[in-house]
Amino acid sequence: MSPAVTADLTAVVITLRLAATTTLILLVLGTPLAWWLARTHSALRTPIEALVAMPLVMPPTVLGFYLLVGLGPHSPLGAAWGRLTDSTLPFSFAGLVVGSVIYSLPFVVQPLQAAFESQGRVLLEAAATLRAGPLDRFFTVALPLARRGLVTAATLGFAHTVGEFGVVLMIGGGIPGRTEVASIAIYNHVQDLQYARANVLAAGLLAFSFLILLMVYTINRRLRRRGL
Amino acid sequence: MRALRRRRGALLLFLLGALPGFAAAAPASVDVAVAANFIGTARTLAARFEAAGGGRVRLSFGSTGSLYAQIRYGAPFAVFLAADARRPRLLERAGLTVPGSRFTYALGRLVLWSTLAGLIERGGKVLAQGRFRHLAIADPRTAPYGAAARAVLEHLGLWRRLAPRLVTGENIAQTYQFVASGNAQLGFVALSEVPPAHTPRAGSRWLVPAALYPPIRQQAVLLARAAHKRTARAFLAYLRGPAARRVIRAHGYGLPAAVRTDARRP
Repeated sequence: MSPAVTADLTAVVITLRLAATTTLILLVLGTPLAWWLARTHSALRTPIEALVAMPLVMPPTVLGFYLLVGLGPHSPLGAAWGRLTDSTLPFSFAGLVVGSVIYSLPFVVQPLQAAFESQGRVLLEAAATLRAGPLDRFFTVALPLARRGLVTAATLGFAHTVGEFGVVLMIGGGIPGRTEVASIAIYNHVQDLQYARANVLAAGLLAFSFLILLMVYTINRRLRRRGL
Repeated sequence: MRALRRRRGALLLFLLGALPGFAAAAPASVDVAVAANFIGTARTLAARFEAAGGGRVRLSFGSTGSLYAQIRYGAPFAVFLAADARRPRLLERAGLTVPGSRFTYALGRLVLWSTLAGLIERGGKVLAQGRFRHLAIADPRTAPYGAAARAVLEHLGLWRRLAPRLVTGENIAQTYQFVASGNAQLGFVALSEVPPAHTPRAGSRWLVPAALYPPIRQQAVLLARAAHKRTARAFLAYLRGPAARRVIRAHGYGLPAAVRTDARRP
């Protein structure tokens, strides 16, 4: 394989790793958050819903610039990270994960919240009368009922991270093998007038995105047909 | 149905008329695509040109590579101020420029810069000593200042050794952000970007001797689609003139020894 192809493949592998890591973290953090948002009567609910939706509105480059400054060594967070790990968050894979988790948050939380909200209370209350504890109710009733929401959330979170560009451009530093993802590689090929290589990668990304969305819609349709 | 369509057509015409560009009384204007490193200077130049009654100048910014791609695919610019000579030459070869309009409007000057006072000493010795984690440069494949930075590091015999510590900005303005935000301790940026020496935010710097890198010839072209536009030609003439040259020099650029229109004929 030519070094050029290897470099492009490396960028693809980093992209997939970033998307997988981000999705996993978002499912772990986003599920309890979505559950809380779906059930709570707290006054904090609305402001937190608005906060979760913020990345939908903000231009990714703005978010990326805030992260560059907010995670940089002059910020308290960046300084603490520097003392702990002797490295900087920007220009590292960990930094990209932090950025992507924030950037893709609404894509995971919102479908989950909608799924939890649509369940209603009847089944959960029935489970409670059968002496199921709160955790038991969550894992054996609420979560299985929300599986379509889970599939949508995971896919959208994954796909949105694959398509991420602005945030990575701002905080990645384009280090091959570490922070150069596929979208950045495509951009650099265009900049470098290597339109053929840009086309190959871009077409690949396009096909991949289509397949992933096709998969979600198919799975969701099957689940719906089975009445889940 | 037809009446509805007619009414919709009238509405569209009204909306088009409301756009300033379509109004008959609008002053002549020129759309200029400007390379990222020249943003500040271009703003000053545009303001002076407008103040002198030259017409309105609309500036669009981007990296030279992006702007080049946009122009190739029909972006409505009249003038292109690139950060290199390569892209304007390619456009010329593709027949997208007015022949003979290409000239060097500024020579880029490279500086090694840090926000930390005292980090960079004379001669850029810090590069060899390696007391830093990240060195920021612009992408050498696409950004002229990046190519110059690479040439300097190769000249110093440090390219291989420092490669693992390099972080690359997509263009020189982004590279500047990496350094200014403190995420990279130091970086090769354009002299035009850094705060003036002896000011509170000056940090430390090494103005790289011009002999260490091939000249960064920033070239301008008049694009073929604007061949008949008087304002565009006037702006380019202004750019070659002594007033503009003073502004360009004050912003930290060098200038080619003689621009053709400046040479006085006997």
